[in-house]
Amino acid sequence: MFEAASYESNLLARASLDSCVKCTICETQCPVMAVTPLFSGPKYVGPQAERYRSGLTVDHSLDYCSSCGTCSLVCPQGVEIAELNSVARAAMKKGHTPLRDQLVSRTSLLGQMMKPVAPLANAVLANRPSRWLIEKTIGIHRNAAMPTAQRHSFSDWWRHHRPSKAPTRGKVVYFHGCAGQYFEVETSIKTVEVLEFIGYEVVCPDQGCCGLPLQSNGLFDTARKYVRRLAEQLNVEVEVPIIASASSCVTMLKHEAHDIMGVDDPTVLQAGQRIREVSEFLLSLADAGTLPGDLAPIHQTVAYHAPCQLKGQGMGKPALALLSLIPQLTVIDAEATCCGIAGTYGVKKEKYAIGQAVGRELFEAVERINPQLAVCDTETCRWQIAAATGATVVHPISLLHQAWGLDQD
Amino acid sequence: MKRLKTDVVVIGGGTTGIGVLRDCAMRGYKTILLDRADLAQGTSGRFHGLLHSGGRYVVTDPESGRECAAENAIIGRIQPEAVERTGGLFVVTPKDDPAFGDKFLAGAAKAAMPVEEIATSAALAREPRLNPGIKRAFLVEDGTVDGWQIAWSAAESAKQYGGQALPYHKVTQVHHLNGAVTGVTATDLKRGETVEIDCSFILNCAGPWAGQVTEMAGLPPVSVIPGRGIMIAMNHRLVNTVINRCIPPADGDIIVPLHTVCIIGTTDHPVTDPDHLQVPANEVQQMFDSGEELLPGFRSARALHTWAGARPLIKDDRVATSDTRHMSRGMAVIDHSTRDGVSGMLTIGGGKLTTYRLMAEHIVDAMEDQLGSHHPCRTADEICPGNQAGHNYLITHRLKDREADRLESPIICECELMNRQMALDLFKSNPLASFDDLRRQLRLGMGPCQGGFCSARLAGLACQEQVMDAGRATGLLKLFLEHRWIGLWPILHGAGVRQAALDAWMLQGTLDVAHIPSPARVEPDPISDAPIDETWQSSGQKENQ
Repeated sequence: MFEAASYESNLLARASLDSCVKCTICETQCPVMAVTPLFSGPKYVGPQAERYRSGLTVDHSLDYCSSCGTCSLVCPQGVEIAELNSVARAAMKKGHTPLRDQLVSRTSLLGQMMKPVAPLANAVLANRPSRWLIEKTIGIHRNAAMPTAQRHSFSDWWRHHRPSKAPTRGKVVYFHGCAGQYFEVETSIKTVEVLEFIGYEVVCPDQGCCGLPLQSNGLFDTARKYVRRLAEQLNVEVEVPIIASASSCVTMLKHEAHDIMGVDDPTVLQAGQRIREVSEFLLSLADAGTLPGDLAPIHQTVAYHAPCQLKGQGMGKPALALLSLIPQLTVIDAEATCCGIAGTYGVKKEKYAIGQAVGRELFEAVERINPQLAVCDTETCRWQIAAATGATVVHPISLLHQAWGLDQD
Repeated sequence: MKRLKTDVVVIGGGTTGIGVLRDCAMRGYKTILLDRADLAQGTSGRFHGLLHSGGRYVVTDPESGRECAAENAIIGRIQPEAVERTGGLFVVTPKDDPAFGDKFLAGAAKAAMPVEEIATSAALAREPRLNPGIKRAFLVEDGTVDGWQIAWSAAESAKQYGGQALPYHKVTQVHHLNGAVTGVTATDLKRGETVEIDCSFILNCAGPWAGQVTEMAGLPPVSVIPGRGIMIAMNHRLVNTVINRCIPPADGDIIVPLHTVCIIGTTDHPVTDPDHLQVPANEVQQMFDSGEELLPGFRSARALHTWAGARPLIKDDRVATSDTRHMSRGMAVIDHSTRDGVSGMLTIGGGKLTTYRLMAEHIVDAMEDQLGSHHPCRTADEICPGNQAGHNYLITHRLKDREADRLESPIICECELMNRQMALDLFKSNPLASFDDLRRQLRLGMGPCQGGFCSARLAGLACQEQVMDAGRATGLLKLFLEHRWIGLWPILHGAGVRQAALDAWMLQGTLDVAHIPSPARVEPDPISDAPIDETWQSSGQKENQ
């Protein structure tokens, strides 16, 4: 006689709303709310609206949340605000996800499709009429930053790769992420070369997507499958650390799979405990005094932007401390909240302008500090900053790679 | 002094009285309702919000069970906006006897009440916070109901038939001459004016206060034993279905999801004074313990507000006065012509909110019997104003409304999503409204911050829009906060403390609200205010303090 409730929910995140005291700190820090009235803000959409949720979505404006996670980071009471919003969005989108969101949340698929036709794909993405057509048909904004397709994937390189020296300090599992596989191949290669240079044996199992873009587009069921499969793939060596250069994907394994999607499989939790973002890992070695010290000077001043997903890991900004080891290199924290891309948010036609407004502060900082070169840990943020400023934006590992003289190899 | 003339005076503006006002008006009687406070401010606004399926009574009181099942359907039809069709579960916890479930099913069959036993796994899928150790689960048609909305929409319906509800009108005298009722004297507390009302019939619907009314008429008091019960509202809905413990009626046997909160109730202790109901610490702990049995982790969830209500139980000589729970739940109409030799006066007691309409029908039938006339009761057939057939309340309604207008009208009460326009509309229709009057209709200050943020905003708005001057706004603000505090301190622990501390810092630590000058009195106190009427002063009567 009654229908059972079946909708996306997360009891732990929901329970955390009890800690909200309406202090409104989250709203003072929300980068989206600061630039548009279309989003009613994290407090409103999160702990406030959650009291009105029972599986039926009536507040479609919650989709203007970029899922940057700043609200959860700054909340002094421990309310899982961004997590609540993500779950609510998943409940809203269940069964109504547009093709565009289905597409942009499958980075691996895009990479696989573009690789064999890389020059053509890049030409299409650089062509104004075709971008106009894509915007009209699919809904990806014509000016949105797009990745550059590569003719060779990281796996193509890895298959033929032989370490230049024998390992001296044990193994690490390398997690490259989808973007590191197909688009930011160079970053992945440099990360492996740095890890091998400092003495590690790098193991790199075949691996898929972590599901983060699916999760942030509300496609929880598929995202859960992806993250479980990935955790199994990364657990080939159960005692060794998993090192990743894709800082946002690290967040997925560290806590979002559990805190947002309620995944509590031991495999996922175990992988989450072992995974380290590469700067975090290298900094711990530096602190222990076991990092090679012979870094060549780099005579540059660069802006650094810590991606939201990295800040959400609650470990500060390890890249800043790590890069300070390089002589003559001045790294200035841009201290911007968000670049505005938030994964796939800023490429969507209806959100592009918001993303640009969110990132303006950061773009100005980059242009002021060094319009040629900037540093950032996450791929999509690098693409966004590069498209907006014209600067080359690199992963912190690139500068270490250079300072250790590995660029010449 | 004001003089009014009417056929019937109804004393008591709870749901029963308002139901009576509506029924009388629909049957063609000119009727005025008087209450010393706001509509549904007493018992009708102080319960857990359950619209009974009848399940609670099918074993112990099948007649009540049958009545509830029938009235549940009627209320859902005539006042759908006040009703949420949440459904209800009766669950057998690991501590309870599973055999009671068989009696429950048998009782339900006898009372013609829809029930379905479901797998415990299905119950847990529906309500994941339920005790995973439950042994049996039964689905019933429990709903939830907003007592204030019931009251106001029935009052609106009465108004369309010429019925007049006068809240904040305190009856001070009941007049009868030669064994027949002639009228009442009341004080309009908000305007400080005496009102004389001539009438030929008085219907005493004062519930727990019914004895005070008969006393005012100089008649032996009707013996009412108010049964005090406490309720605790939790900060959010831990469940979306009414959760009952499948045992004979007991303390803390139910959790009701009402609006944005869920309410656990209740206790039952006989008291003498319905105006001063305590929330004893041991009963608060008892509720948390009971909640824990139904929903593990209940104690760690944030408690939001507590209150006590008084059941209007008429004394029944068949059971001891110390055990009010087993007194007749059924309604009782007392005829004062046979009892006291005064015609034109009836008193009603007992019942429950779910059966308010039926109670009204009974007492108005009794009145017509005495008057020797008969008109059909049509209260079950006609939908009340402001309601749309089949359109029940949903938890998402306000969120949906604000999604549409959030950019046009700023939100004043964030927790309960009450906006500026809602407040201004209410002030326009009722310029003398206090913040509590506004709260009962719009839910101002009933969410997590408990007035900490919204009440000062409302005071500012009221001044800015020249609804009132700064002195009155300040006074109303202070009064509102004092009233909120009554329901806060007995349950203050855990996450609630942080809110209370923040609110105190803002309102006392920063603004020193308590010492901002304001008039000594901005609102009448319906309990202790001395009416201004001279005849009253000479009579020397004073109501219970």
